[in-house]
Amino acid sequence: MPNSSNSITDLGVAAIRDGVAAGQFSAVEVAEAFNANVAAAQSALNAFIVATPEKAIEAAKAVDAARSAGQALGPMAGVPIGMKDLFATEGVQTTAASHMLEGFVPRYESTVSRKLWEAGAGMLGKLNLDQFAMGSSNESSYFGNVISPWQRPGSNAQLTPGGSSGGSSAAIAARLAPAATGTDTGGSIRQPAAYTGTVGIKPTYGRCSRWGVVAYASSLDQAGSMARDVTDCAIMLEAMAGFDPKDSTSLDLAVPAWTGSLSGDLRGKRVGIPREYRVDGMPAEVDAIWEQGIAWAKDAGAEVVEVSLPHTRYALAAYYIIAPAEASSNLARYDGVRYGLRDLPDGAGLQNMYAATRAAGFGDEVKRRILIGTYVLSAGFYDAYYTQAQKVRTLISQDFAKAFEQVDVLLTPTAPSAAFALGENVDDPLSMYLNDVFTVPASLAGLPAMSVPAGLDAQGLPLGLQIIGRPLDEQGVLNAGLAIEARAGFTAKPEKWW
Amino acid sequence: MSVDTATVAKIASLARLKVSEAELEAMVPELNGILAWVEQLGEVDVTGVEPMTAVIPNTLRLREDVINADPLTGGDRRDAVLANAPAAQHGFFGVPKVIE
Repeated sequence: MPNSSNSITDLGVAAIRDGVAAGQFSAVEVAEAFNANVAAAQSALNAFIVATPEKAIEAAKAVDAARSAGQALGPMAGVPIGMKDLFATEGVQTTAASHMLEGFVPRYESTVSRKLWEAGAGMLGKLNLDQFAMGSSNESSYFGNVISPWQRPGSNAQLTPGGSSGGSSAAIAARLAPAATGTDTGGSIRQPAAYTGTVGIKPTYGRCSRWGVVAYASSLDQAGSMARDVTDCAIMLEAMAGFDPKDSTSLDLAVPAWTGSLSGDLRGKRVGIPREYRVDGMPAEVDAIWEQGIAWAKDAGAEVVEVSLPHTRYALAAYYIIAPAEASSNLARYDGVRYGLRDLPDGAGLQNMYAATRAAGFGDEVKRRILIGTYVLSAGFYDAYYTQAQKVRTLISQDFAKAFEQVDVLLTPTAPSAAFALGENVDDPLSMYLNDVFTVPASLAGLPAMSVPAGLDAQGLPLGLQIIGRPLDEQGVLNAGLAIEARAGFTAKPEKWW
Repeated sequence: MSVDTATVAKIASLARLKVSEAELEAMVPELNGILAWVEQLGEVDVTGVEPMTAVIPNTLRLREDVINADPLTGGDRRDAVLANAPAAQHGFFGVPKVIE
């Protein structure tokens, strides 16, 4: 189907903002164009749980009015975005893709979303995700799977957009939104970005406030930006980040001018290649794109150095103790009393109401993680599982610290394969968990990391490269991402079928 | 370490999750698969290693001891707090009878 290459919905954050500021088009025109794409794709892609076209228009009108009045416009002015349905939005249902929170309408706005609206962005809707952000394929949402806009040539098999930020990645790839928020606990921004040929960055833990973000694993959860290029991600992240006294783990640091300092010139930089990321059974194409990335880094002037992260192979196991442990604690709040679902069987007392409510409200993967978490925290097992995992986490973090004595950033594949078909891994939780093998270690160490599209595999599906940086060095990550992006020249987009 | 049906039933009870017999039967092998896989952490020599508590060094702050310093998280928000309760009554959260 023809897809006008000059249409507004092919533009990114910077182009829309600058076009609105220059009067090439109005913010309302932009919002209308994306609203139309959202509505037209909903039944096929299911990227949104709730669309809010009126919110997008309202924000756009405010930007157009401000421009007419000659007022200064914000860094996201006139840019409509998708909001992952893990961020509390005042007056708009916020579900974490769970039946447990169906109908929950927050009376407050999350800090990250508030900052984006203050920067001039508007909301197209609340994006679908894996339930409580637990999943790597967007198959655990109570509101149905998100379908990737990408397909294998000659096949209409439904592919995963990745997870948990799969509504975000699908919407951006399908031109339903120029950018979207994501959250990343073990790879939930980077893996979906890689699967859909989009860009996503998770900043250093503590850069973005978690206030108003539905909690999964609090020591790992971190919000970030997703878009179609590195510059757009930088602009949006700059608008989202910043100190928030309402989040006790928020970093009390100024937000650097990442966008203004972007440079793809890597001369004098050292790029590390962790040898432990060459895992058994990795497809040759993933290895080839990694080699290509190494060549691009050299071309950009970097010196490439092999490094060792010896505890890499234990990261996933540590993650699947720590994250469920924190989840079992965080999700204890869903009790049918204060908000969300209540299931009160006839004659039931308080305890039976809790158990019935939680059985009815949580999906299978959420229950699985709550049970694992409860088990590893239970008396007699706490030290063997949880304390051991937290010690291994220290070792993983130390591995990175040692590597960063030698190099400025690390370059790896984002995921061990291209997107798989829906249903392919759903019966085997363990094989699903292995999708996060390259993204989880940086999460455990709280490091900034991003995924940049690098090319297509033989089936025409996107593959991503991951860049991991030192704590607080989002700039180094973005710059290396920019260098890769410039050389990859990734312009592929999904053939429109929806 | 592996779990049996009785252990999973106990964990489910601790987690306040009602599970049917059939669900229990299905969960036992799933959880054992995951637990067997995480056993590999036991191989790691962690002698002298402190468990991680914060990935990025940070200190916990105290807010100023001022009433309603932040109106969003301060007082006088009863109706907003109760707005999403499944059974709010008379300005309180309603629950089934607790004391016989």
